Amino acid sequence: MKLKAFFPFLIFCVISIALYVGLSLNPGEIPSEFIDDPIPEFSLPVVGGGEVGLTTADLKNEEGVVLVNFFASWCAPCYVEHPFLMELQKRGYKIYGVAYKDKAHATNRFLKEQGNPYFDTAADNDGRVAIEWGVYGFPETFIIKDGVIRHKHAGPIMEMQFEDEFMPILESISK
Amino acid sequence: MIAELGHFALILACSLSVIQGVFPLYGSINGNGRMMAISLPAAYGQFLFVSFAFAALMYSFIVSDFSVANVATNSHTLKPMLYKVSATWGNHEGSILFWALILALFGAMVAFFGRNLPRKFHVTVLSVQAFVGLGFYLFLLLTSNPFERIFPFPNEGNGLNPLLQDPGLAFHPPLLYLGYVGLSVTFSFAVAALIEGRVDAAWARWVRPWTLLAWCFLTTGLTLGSWWAYYELGWGGWWFWDPVENAAFMPWLVATGLLHSAIVVEKRDTLKAWTILLAIIAFSFSLLGTFIVRSGVLTSVHAFATDPERGVFILLFLFLVIGGSLFLFALRADKLQPGGLFAPISRESMLIINNLLLSVSALVVMFGTLYPLLRDALTGEKITVGPPFFNMAFGSLMIPLIIVMALGPMANWKRADLMGILSRLKFMMVVSLMATLAFYYMAGGGAIMAAVWLGLGMWLLFSTLYEWSERIKLFKGGALKRILRQPRASMGMTFGHLGLAIAVLGMAATSYWDSEYQGIMGYGDKATIAGYEVTLNSTDGIIGPNYTAVRASFDVNKDGQKVTTLEPEARVYMTPPMPTTEAAILSTFLGDLFVVIGEANSENYDLWAVRLYFKPLQAWLWTGVAIMVLGGFISLSDRRFRTGTIKGKK
Amino acid sequence: MNKIMIVIFWLLMGTSAFAVGVDEKRLSDPAEEARAQEIMKQLRCLVCQNQSIVDSDAGLAKDIRIIVRERILAGDTDQQVLTFMTERYGDWVLLKPHFDGATIILWLSPLLLLGVGFIIIIRNQRNRKMATSAPLSDEEQKRIAQLLNENGDN
Repeated sequence: MKLKAFFPFLIFCVISIALYVGLSLNPGEIPSEFIDDPIPEFSLPVVGGGEVGLTTADLKNEEGVVLVNFFASWCAPCYVEHPFLMELQKRGYKIYGVAYKDKAHATNRFLKEQGNPYFDTAADNDGRVAIEWGVYGFPETFIIKDGVIRHKHAGPIMEMQFEDEFMPILESISK
Repeated sequence: MIAELGHFALILACSLSVIQGVFPLYGSINGNGRMMAISLPAAYGQFLFVSFAFAALMYSFIVSDFSVANVATNSHTLKPMLYKVSATWGNHEGSILFWALILALFGAMVAFFGRNLPRKFHVTVLSVQAFVGLGFYLFLLLTSNPFERIFPFPNEGNGLNPLLQDPGLAFHPPLLYLGYVGLSVTFSFAVAALIEGRVDAAWARWVRPWTLLAWCFLTTGLTLGSWWAYYELGWGGWWFWDPVENAAFMPWLVATGLLHSAIVVEKRDTLKAWTILLAIIAFSFSLLGTFIVRSGVLTSVHAFATDPERGVFILLFLFLVIGGSLFLFALRADKLQPGGLFAPISRESMLIINNLLLSVSALVVMFGTLYPLLRDALTGEKITVGPPFFNMAFGSLMIPLIIVMALGPMANWKRADLMGILSRLKFMMVVSLMATLAFYYMAGGGAIMAAVWLGLGMWLLFSTLYEWSERIKLFKGGALKRILRQPRASMGMTFGHLGLAIAVLGMAATSYWDSEYQGIMGYGDKATIAGYEVTLNSTDGIIGPNYTAVRASFDVNKDGQKVTTLEPEARVYMTPPMPTTEAAILSTFLGDLFVVIGEANSENYDLWAVRLYFKPLQAWLWTGVAIMVLGGFISLSDRRFRTGTIKGKK
Repeated sequence: MNKIMIVIFWLLMGTSAFAVGVDEKRLSDPAEEARAQEIMKQLRCLVCQNQSIVDSDAGLAKDIRIIVRERILAGDTDQQVLTFMTERYGDWVLLKPHFDGATIILWLSPLLLLGVGFIIIIRNQRNRKMATSAPLSDEEQKRIAQLLNENGDN
């Protein structure tokens, strides 16, 4: 029995192991490059334009943990996530909202109809600031403490993910 | 009711596959003739029942029975009938049922056409086939039941993805599956040969037609998908090295190698281990492809709804079937007696090089496709392996392959005279070079690689033609008679290699010399591209069966003469809501003119976003592949391959 | 009537971020635009993840195309533009994997596999030659000598 006849079998075993591990991974998800980095420099106007709505300094000056949520009225998953954001606000979390490439009246209508969980809202009309934050999939939510990005979640956030993903981080950084 | 009957039929088919797998094999080991006799009726019965199940599912789609969960998720009353029918296989559960159907079909065909095979062998082959089928039946019944009901059932379905509502794409899966699954026959033949411990020329002669058939379908299915992407997705691309494209390409590469390797087994009784291994690997890649598409392991535009539970099942199945057969190979490979010797330069050795290059390219494609997964699993880093890698890696392997392809058909068995061959091809080398330079300069020069690929295509084209002309002694009298008397297998080879040459030329031209125009046009505005003048005439709003659209009308002129009117559309489908573009294409011998209509300017509805492309020699790609497939079918029609009429020689 | 249809149509389309649009302004210098196109072909679209940003119709892809052009005008080298993107989105966004310690095995895989294949084939050949041309035994050698003698010199 020649040993090298086993090579195809062995190679296949290695591939199977890789595939098995792969089943528990998520290939489409891109983790944030900015974990534990300070938030990027930016300045955004309020929804509807005119005055400055949100800047880096505003977030840096926040004591404690803050959530930043990139959303839009034209984004379907944002509707799905919104009730949970209202819930989070009730629980005492401070959430900043950034409307991405949205028309002011659409954003306002969205917030009026669905409720406004945001402490403050700004508008990223040309989407540049979102790119600076490495945002790609809407909605996205960041955990910020002392002006440092601690975590990012791409996609709508619901109770279960909040428990599994956010709570451990929130607990560890609150210490 | 029909759905329940279908479900029941599926269960019956599953039971028959167990029977077909176990008893005849046991019978063949113990010489029990009656048990062996179960094999054929079981195979026919299995096919009958799974056909009924498939028909039941199709019926549910045709009548829009939304109480069947599968229909509710994937269909809609407003969908045109063709797409209601094709939705049967256009979803995860239905497509697995389709797999099982074709597996059973091939099983029944092997049962019928293989009646002249030695009994034990025949029965063993059908037994292996049945075990593979069993895996699919269990997968269906346990994790992906197409006949599940939902209650309360909706009045309307979710509709089918508009991108799939297209004739080309409706037929792409069936053809692809006929290819994928057809390779199961060679697999079963290979495993049966390993079990028996014998591979000989007769085995190769039985295997070749099945491999050819599967290969023809696989080539056609792949190309149909590619062609669809070309005209549907809006920018004229035809290959993206997407994981699922790769998943179909890998078995194709291995099957091509297998085709050629089997020739050596038949003619020279050697390269047996290679051929058996290729037969196992080809089907393994088919199964692997199925896994990749359904498990969520890799992102792809093709991916079906992903579900890790299903992924585990398939992985287990893969491990048993592929791992099992590879293990069997390791155990029994040395029973395969090596046959005739051959010199380092000979047709055999060139076919070995062919084997090697095709196998390595399949492995490289697999490695590139799985590398992001490996990297993620090992280090957590997310990385992408995209077209730049594949083009370079695959391309560099194809260069030596094409060069050798020209020499192989002219090489003698056992010992070939390389210098002699090269000297006979001297004139063709010059012709190829001149043709390449001529084309290159006519096209306006460009990247060196463009000239390289052009040159390779020309080289293959002219040397294949030369080999053919030498074989039929073109310039001596009576050539016509000799042409008609050529064995079909040889004709097939010439067509096959010619087809590839033409396709390579098309690929080179369309990749390196395409041009693009993007702009905003108003009514009466003119744009020029590649010598064509394209004028926007008008736009119209139209209502289709399940969409609304804007249709634009363009006049296309060349050298002042009107050539045609092109009418691209921009559609918005209703359920699910989704915009698509339907490009208008003018296809000529020299290239394709591609017109895409986009958005209207938001302030002025008389201005439109327009994109024009010119793809030189694009049609050569499709034509070349069609010629390749034609060659395959010609070969298949060779009477020497009719399995039924071959008396097994020992 | 048709005008109304078109208006309705575009109202529907307006909410979609994926409509085919005309590209943003191209660079006026053709050499620079060609550079931009080359770079864009190497960046992966984050939304339609199996396309480059050149091919993708997604809004984010368009934004990134604009950024690529801006950076070229600002004087960045090709590498700097790519780094700008990887700083924000990681290596994942590159369609051509970096040539680093880990990917070296990927890039060299064609050569490596070919090499291994060659070695296996050549060793097989040699083994086969040895197996089938076993040296003659003494008996056989004597017989041959005998036969040759019998035939004599012709």
